[in-house]
Amino acid sequence: MSFPLLTATAALPAVGAVAVAAVPAARRTAAKWLALLFSLGTLALAVTVLVRFEPGGARYQLTESHAWIADFGVRYELGVDGIGVTLLALTALLVPFVIAAGWHDADPSPDSGGEAPAETKHYRWRPTQGFFALILMVEAMVILSFEATDVFLFYILFEAMLIPMYFLIGGFGDRAHAQGEEAAATQRSYAAVKFLLYNLVGGLIMLAAVIGLYVVAGSFSLGEIAAARASGELEMATNTERLLFLGFFFAFAIKAPLWPLHTWLPNAMGEATAPVAVLITAVVDKVGTFAMLRFCLQLFPEASKWATPVIIVLSLISIVYGALLAVGQRDIKRLIAYASISHFGFIILGIFAMTSQGQSGATLYMVNHGISTAALMLVAGFLISRRGSRLIADYGGVQKVAPVLAGTFLVGGLATLSLPGLAPFVSEFLVLVGTFTRYPAAGIVATFGIVLAALYVLVLYQRTMTGPVKEEVRSMPDLRVRELAVVAPLIALLIFLGVYPKPVTEIVNPAVEHTMSDVQQQDPRPDVEAAK
Amino acid sequence: MDNLIALLIAAPLLGAALLLCGGRRLDGAGHWVATVLAFVSFLFGTVLFADMLGKAADDRTVQQQLFSWIPVEGFQADVAFQLDQLSMTFVLLITGVGSLIHLYSVGYMEHDERRRRFFGYLNLFLAAMLLLVLADNYLLLYVGWEGVGLASYLLIGFWQHKPSAATAAKKAFLVNRVGDMGLSIAVMLMFTTFGTFAFTPVLESTGETSEAMLTAIGLLLLLAACGKSAQVPLQSWLGDAMEGPTPVSALIHAATMVTAGVYLIVRSGAIFNAAPDAQLAVVVVGAVTLLFGAIIGCAKDDIKKALAGSTMSQIGYMVLAAGLGPIGYAFAIMHLVTHGFFKAGLFLGAGSVMHGMNDEVDMRKYGGLRKYLPITFVTFGLGYLAIIGVPPFSGFFSKDKIIEAAFAQEGARAWIFGGIALLGAGITAFYMTRVMLMTFFGKQRWQPDAEGEEPHPHEAPRTMTIPMILLAVGSVGAGAFFSIGDRFVNWLAPVTEFEHPHPVISVPVITASTIAVLLVGAALAYAMYGTRPVPVTAPRGSLLTRAARRDLLQDDFNHVVLVRGGEHLTRSLVYVDHTLVDGVVNGTAAGFGGLSGRLRKLQNGYARTYAVSMFGGAAVLIAATLLMRAV
Amino acid sequence: MNPVNYLYLAALLFTIGAAGVLIRRNAIVVFMSVELMLNACNLSLVTFSRMHGNLDGQIVAFFTMVVAAAEVVVGLAIIVSLFRSRHSASVDDASLMKL
Repeated sequence: MSFPLLTATAALPAVGAVAVAAVPAARRTAAKWLALLFSLGTLALAVTVLVRFEPGGARYQLTESHAWIADFGVRYELGVDGIGVTLLALTALLVPFVIAAGWHDADPSPDSGGEAPAETKHYRWRPTQGFFALILMVEAMVILSFEATDVFLFYILFEAMLIPMYFLIGGFGDRAHAQGEEAAATQRSYAAVKFLLYNLVGGLIMLAAVIGLYVVAGSFSLGEIAAARASGELEMATNTERLLFLGFFFAFAIKAPLWPLHTWLPNAMGEATAPVAVLITAVVDKVGTFAMLRFCLQLFPEASKWATPVIIVLSLISIVYGALLAVGQRDIKRLIAYASISHFGFIILGIFAMTSQGQSGATLYMVNHGISTAALMLVAGFLISRRGSRLIADYGGVQKVAPVLAGTFLVGGLATLSLPGLAPFVSEFLVLVGTFTRYPAAGIVATFGIVLAALYVLVLYQRTMTGPVKEEVRSMPDLRVRELAVVAPLIALLIFLGVYPKPVTEIVNPAVEHTMSDVQQQDPRPDVEAAK
Repeated sequence: MDNLIALLIAAPLLGAALLLCGGRRLDGAGHWVATVLAFVSFLFGTVLFADMLGKAADDRTVQQQLFSWIPVEGFQADVAFQLDQLSMTFVLLITGVGSLIHLYSVGYMEHDERRRRFFGYLNLFLAAMLLLVLADNYLLLYVGWEGVGLASYLLIGFWQHKPSAATAAKKAFLVNRVGDMGLSIAVMLMFTTFGTFAFTPVLESTGETSEAMLTAIGLLLLLAACGKSAQVPLQSWLGDAMEGPTPVSALIHAATMVTAGVYLIVRSGAIFNAAPDAQLAVVVVGAVTLLFGAIIGCAKDDIKKALAGSTMSQIGYMVLAAGLGPIGYAFAIMHLVTHGFFKAGLFLGAGSVMHGMNDEVDMRKYGGLRKYLPITFVTFGLGYLAIIGVPPFSGFFSKDKIIEAAFAQEGARAWIFGGIALLGAGITAFYMTRVMLMTFFGKQRWQPDAEGEEPHPHEAPRTMTIPMILLAVGSVGAGAFFSIGDRFVNWLAPVTEFEHPHPVISVPVITASTIAVLLVGAALAYAMYGTRPVPVTAPRGSLLTRAARRDLLQDDFNHVVLVRGGEHLTRSLVYVDHTLVDGVVNGTAAGFGGLSGRLRKLQNGYARTYAVSMFGGAAVLIAATLLMRAV
Repeated sequence: MNPVNYLYLAALLFTIGAAGVLIRRNAIVVFMSVELMLNACNLSLVTFSRMHGNLDGQIVAFFTMVVAAAEVVVGLAIIVSLFRSRHSASVDDASLMKL
């Protein structure tokens, strides 16, 4: 038996989580370095996976399969295709940045002088260790969920990752709040509970669908079910397939999130610290869109086609609505959250356009959105931590006092508005073209998104960074070395993937071809050729 | 030799990267690095030009495939360049004028603490603009297209501490984005129609698709051109863009970037040739903007805004020519090049005046400057003669050709568009004479600036005057040089096609009436501004003047309809999201909460209440069993 | 004698017991009412045993008596300790087990 690389990639951060949690209370810095070390180790393993993965080879590679709950046919089955391996790499890549950016986010608050609050004296008070352990735990679960090819295993991870996320949102909120600590705590627990309830409802419905699938198919294995469906051995009644599809899709649409199931995201991203917000939108939410590609399209191709018109309309609403709401926000982090809703609209649009360009674009979009949002959100976090406010109106003229911060913020913003030359442009254009070839009207509506994106990004930049210097920001320091070390690689990556996205598309393309053949769709041919 | 094309772009790109990432270390020498790299790029351009001249006229197109950019099933986008006569013309204009303006900026920006960044942005602009004209497909062109938009955004808002500059920059980017939407939809239409968006295959297979499709693509390209080239209805940003430093106005908002729309239309000539309706739209946009810009130019007291109106109007000429088809393409580009010279020269002159006048831009506070700024006066004057089209200066040749071509159409169109082009020439003479008189002639009307400092007009340093002199040489001689023996037309003919226009009235009559009209315009301006003293505060003026001062109310319209409307929309949507979408969810949660509150009341702790419910339950069970039996 | 009459008696006793549980406040009386209900059940069990001619019902009745005896032991102990702490044998006073 060969070395279980995929298991190792997921296990390493899990081990790291336990190790970090066990670090004694006083040795906070050691815990941070340990967490960073484990996340870098995971990145190294992810790179190994990426290297070992052969783009043109079998659909699922590096597979592992062990009996788990034999009575129900649940197996511990892992394997990655081009899409999974890309997202796995994205996750492993982003987590070290998240950890480095959140270096001081879980330090005991300065007013308590590093002492534990009185009511917590009776147990060992270790928020820093907890914070980083939870992040690593999320990483482990997300990575495993990108690898799982057993529906039940995936379901468990899909639900389980809510728990550490809940504590990360509710337990380590943003200290910057206009109405003071108390209000912040209330808002935070509201956001955390909302996040949990939304996703639990989705998960519950998905559980019903997972059980339904087992009843119909007699197996949880993605490979077995897909093979049986393809060979015609397993036939599903139209209504059964549609109901099962809806059960799965609903859960993923909440996680993604798709309009009108989106309202948990602005709360969660607004109240969480910036690195946790990145974890939510750039990493955890990607599981939703990824699962649409892997489970919805592959297991229920007919139902997917049946639901396409509605989903396309919803994603268009997401794009325009998210962007318009972003324009109307007064809070920097909520603005970025609504922008993300708009971007998730693009991703879902690309997936359900059912063209090669759309799906490759959507996968690429997941990666690029992860990186660009991370860049923008983390810089926004640095900005907010300096001034102690999330309100746009509290800033002005930052560019003058902190030019590097402003510059990186602008680059992050430009990536968010998909400026050509930066990575998100490639994916956004692919999604648009892919949609346009099949649904021209949808393509045109989605294009409005690019104008609105320019509006919210530039208005944000203008109000915070330009103009006369506000008194409160006059003494604001520029980016520190640690912060620059977080942002600079992300920006370099944005430029690199904008100019040369080939390394990613090469991995993604074969997987997309498989998905296209699953749904038995072919790209529309150009008019000129079709006429011949 | 072919690799030089990539180097052409790489040189300024390297400069931008060095200067923007290099940090403070480059504060001292950064501007020279940028300037040298711009000249290096120009040098590469001339080498390529010499190489091109050595080849046969129809074998001059050079292709360079760099790498595959976005390889996705059924979709091929390459980073590949195409250098033909059309792009060559642009390369020389961009790098030539660009290098001169770099040099000029060395002097102009000498005391700015953020000079390094300024030069970084200028280099970035050069790289993006070169990418725009060298791309061999529409998608890569789009990258350059947005790249110049970004550079323009950064440079208009360079003095970000001024809220007006930041707003102007944002406005320019947003208005351009509306145009970009047109371009991206056009590219998508090309992809669905032709399966590709590379120039050669698209332009060669226009015959294989319907005219309606080509008209749609053409109109979308026109929308893009309107955004970038400040044509009606997307012209409103150009006037505000004058908030940027003057070299920027000269390079980006006069000589190069704003003409990108003309390039796009001429480059896509094959599409427009096959779509007469789209062509008519191009001509109409050009004609309307030509008058629109000219009228605005007449009313502005800000020297840069008056020149901006003029730019709009002159680009209107180019767009009009480009809409005329093969009879106009070459003339459009010729006017573009000569305009590049004289308008850049005029802006640099304006910059030099501002340099000497404590950055004052109000022409009513100038007057009599010719004694103090002799070199500026002469170079500005030559540019002036060129733009109004006095023979034998450059503007005469290029503009006269466009007017001729405008008269070479069928039926009433000839008279309408020819007439507008002719009228435009008269208004041009009027507003330029007005600028000239108010700035350099008449009494001194200087006033102390905000800090109470009296201006001491002085000639600019040599780094600034040399570019002005060189551009003035261009404005004097370029037109004649291009026109003798139809040199320019023959040079471009293999790319843009060319047909000789046959105007409805004879050419000498047109030339004579053009000169007559411009004399009338100039004389009128002299009567109004040369013979009477110019008041320091602007008189109220007629209704048209007041409207023209406000950009013919376009901004007011935008403000009321788009800005206010948009604000209301977003605000109500935020409300809807909070109360309705979120409200449904929160309402459900509250409903469950209320229900459980009610149910909780049943748990009152009295044992007999529980006993009652047990007995009741048992009774119901028994009743149910009996009922089932009975049925 | 018709065995059904015994069942009528059992039903009557059960109803009296149930009414006592619901109406009376004194814990001892409630307790006795519960015993009454149990014995009503015993009576019907024995009657069924007689009607069907096997002994199963009578065996269950013995079990019930044993359980009832155990219950008395525990129940009375609770009532006594309740009375000690609250100085009252009213069941209404023991209404603390609510949300």
